[in-house]
Amino acid sequence: MNLGPHADFILAAYAATAFIVAALIAWIALDYSAQRRLLGDLEERGVRRRSHRDGA
Amino acid sequence: MPVIDLANPTRFLRIVARVLPWLIAATALAFAFGLARAVAAPDDYQQGATVKIMFLHVPAAWLGMMGWGLMSLAALGTLVWRHPLADVAGKAAAPIGAAFTLICLITGSLWGRPTWGAYWVWDARLTSELVLFLLYLGVLALYWTAEDPGRGARAAAVLTLVGAVNLPIIKFSVDWWNSLHQGESIFRAGGSTIDASILWPLAIMALAFTLLFFTLHLAAMRNEILRRRVRTMQIMQAQEQPA
Repeated sequence: MNLGPHADFILAAYAATAFIVAALIAWIALDYSAQRRLLGDLEERGVRRRSHRDGA
Repeated sequence: MPVIDLANPTRFLRIVARVLPWLIAATALAFAFGLARAVAAPDDYQQGATVKIMFLHVPAAWLGMMGWGLMSLAALGTLVWRHPLADVAGKAAAPIGAAFTLICLITGSLWGRPTWGAYWVWDARLTSELVLFLLYLGVLALYWTAEDPGRGARAAAVLTLVGAVNLPIIKFSVDWWNSLHQGESIFRAGGSTIDASILWPLAIMALAFTLLFFTLHLAAMRNEILRRRVRTMQIMQAQEQPA
């Protein structure tokens, strides 16, 4: 594939997009793991939401 | 299932768990197909191979605006109907919309240099797009720095609705003012001016980016619901501890 004299601009655009999308995906995935871990810790310590108390 | 059932966060999380794997697969498939078509697309007769930047720039611009439109609907849900998931939807969409707007600005700049001879000009379209990005940052600052999440959400909702005025300005800026940016060439009376060999890859990439947006939005909404549960449980734990 020949990208011509402006190949650097085209490749930079695709690289920047890939980087931003990858960063967004990683941030959302890491945030999910962090929230799951925090919830797990709290439940292990016996903390329950009101809607989950009394066997509800 | 009635739509109102989606207002229940627990039920919503169950639906997200079922839908998300399918959305991820569809997004990956659409990107694989779209990128293959983008690579194979012919050069433009004037712009040469730089037209390939359009396959990123145009969908990112659309989704940056769609993100704000979605946030505006969510803001109405927060302020008027106090829908339990409206604020969650608005807060989850903000960083994603900001990221797509940033992609639009960067790719536009990299497309502008070989096409116009400048990375940036204070043109109506470019400036209004930059304003959209700054508005996104403002909303994120309100969400992330407010001590009381409820008050932060209401302030963000008001700013979102005020900022919605910018959407038609972006859309019609190329018609209202003399602009270096090209005019409407896709959705116009008389049909698109883009050849089908370039229009189809663009359409597939737009579909892929849209699927990516909704995949990330659902995942971010799930995270936000979990974050609120953690916060509630931490408050309850603090209240139960003996003084």
